[in-house]
Order: sequence, then structure tokens, then C-alpha cells
Amino acid sequence: MGARIGVVTFPGSLDDRDALRAVGLAGAEPVSLWHADGDLHGVDAVILPGGFSYGDYLRAGAISRFSPVMDTLIGAAEGGLPVLGICNGFQILCESHLLPGAMIKNNHRTFICRDQVLSVENTSTAWTNAFTKGQRITVPLKNQDGQYVADERTLDELEAEGRVVFRYRDWNPNGSRRDIAGVTNAAGNVVGLMPHPEHATEPGFGPDTADGSRAGVDGLGFFTSVLTALIH
Amino acid sequence: MGTVIVDVMPKPEILDPQGKAVRAALPRLGLDGFTEVRQGKRFELTVDGEVTEEVLAQARQAAETLLSNPIIEDVVAITAVQECACGKGGCC
Repeated sequence: MGARIGVVTFPGSLDDRDALRAVGLAGAEPVSLWHADGDLHGVDAVILPGGFSYGDYLRAGAISRFSPVMDTLIGAAEGGLPVLGICNGFQILCESHLLPGAMIKNNHRTFICRDQVLSVENTSTAWTNAFTKGQRITVPLKNQDGQYVADERTLDELEAEGRVVFRYRDWNPNGSRRDIAGVTNAAGNVVGLMPHPEHATEPGFGPDTADGSRAGVDGLGFFTSVLTALIH
Repeated sequence: MGTVIVDVMPKPEILDPQGKAVRAALPRLGLDGFTEVRQGKRFELTVDGEVTEEVLAQARQAAETLLSNPIIEDVVAITAVQECACGKGGCC
């Protein structure tokens, strides 16, 4: 029996289906989880997908944070369960205080959708062990509230502890402090980022690369990483 | 029927993109005297009875947990408004 990886659907989630498909492409069993169900159904890891849960009302992720599934997931994550938050999922993890900082509107005030170059700064997390340190990857980025902010002391701590997992390269698309695209908790089991690795996991549907149109599969490493982490 | 009003503002050190957009639009109306605009949120929490100390305590808890995110926002005021005989809150 292989690893079972859950993907939570909230009202307004958009990328849950792509995340489930990415899990399957990586060789694990995808399991749909529901926001109103506080039971994680014995999954080995959880992905909070992108979208606009609750219409981003109040603040992005603020209402989802108090859903029944999050009540259970917060304790499980503190106990070591691997959790990946993508885009809206990252916002929910920040609102839950599982990850430090918060997201505000992009500094240019417009929605952005592009293929984005990132560097992988920390390869010891549950979701990044398939990469090499400093490796550049290209995955889609699409958001309105993507500007990562935290106070200077928190940012200094994140830098000192190696908890900045991804940085935007070539161009900072939203004004995020110190080009931060993703961070981890101290234990390395909870990771959040604004770009979308699940949209770069299948040839023909990913970003353009030198190998061909839509050939990019740089995101697949996220989902194979957690399988490695679960074995060890 | 009483109401508790909670005012939330982005922290001073946080860039406020919405406020900046409003600030940039004002001169188009010929209103060019405003050097900065910051946009916050106002919540009106209504209860059936009076605004008691317990209601206020619950409003404070709501303000600090759900209504604001302490990393980017400050709760700048929590105000109780009691309805009175004239039908207008807090006037007499």
C-alpha cells in the first residue's frame, strides 16, 4: 500500500483537482478531503490547494482557517504531519499561524499570471528533498494577494534558520519581502508557497521550456519529495 | 438591541495597496490635497440585548482572532453603541 495524500477542498478552492492529479502522477494515492469534515481519514500528508476559499472575504484564508478540517490539521501539523500550502493554501497556513508572516495585495495592485523562476533555498524539508540547493525551477504563479510580509525580526529569524525555502528569481512579481516565495516551519514538515507546482507536473500542460512547448515538469519534485520523506 | 463597532486598520508600517489606489484616483476628481489614504475595515456586531461586559469581551476576542490579523493589522477601536428610546444608537 503506497502513501495516501489528502487534498482539502474548501468552498472556492480551484486547484484541488490539479493537486490530486499531481499526487497520482508522483505515484501516491490521492484522497479528497472536505473542509467541513474534521476527520483526516488517515492520510500520510495533506495539501491545501489554491483558489479563493470563501471568496477571499475578510482576508485571504481567514475564514478557512476556522473550518473543522483545519481544527484537526493544525494539531496534526504540529505533530509532524507533512503539509503543503499552495497559494490560497499558503495564505491559510499563515492565518493559522502554522507559518509566520502574512500575504497582502500585490504591490502593483493587479492580478498576475505567469511562469515564474524560483530558486530552491532549502532542500531539507518534507516537500523539497528531491531538489538540489540553489536549483532554479519554473512553475506558474497566479494571484492577487501574493505579497509576503513579516516584521524585520521575523524575516531575520527565517533567514538565520534557513526557513526561506523559495525565492523569486529574475523578477519579484509582487513586492514580497526579500523576494520570498515560500517558507517552512522550524521542523520542516509544513511548507507554503505562492507559486503552483501542481501545474508543472505533466508534459504538455506545464510551462514552456527549452525542451518544448508546455514541457515543464519542475513541480513534480514537490510530490515525490514527500514520498521520500514518508519512507524515512 | 445594541451594537459593538470594531475598527481595523492596516499597520502603519505595512504598505496599503488599496489605499494607494484610492489616493491615486482622488486627483482625477480634482481633489488633490490628500497626501495619503489608508483603507481599513469597520465591523458592526449586533446583539439582541444590551452591550454588556460579556458581549464586549466576546467582541474583543472576535476582533483579535477572526476580524484582524495581528501581523498586518491593528484593532484601533472597539466601541459599544446602545440603542435608546429615540431609535438612534447612542444619541441621548
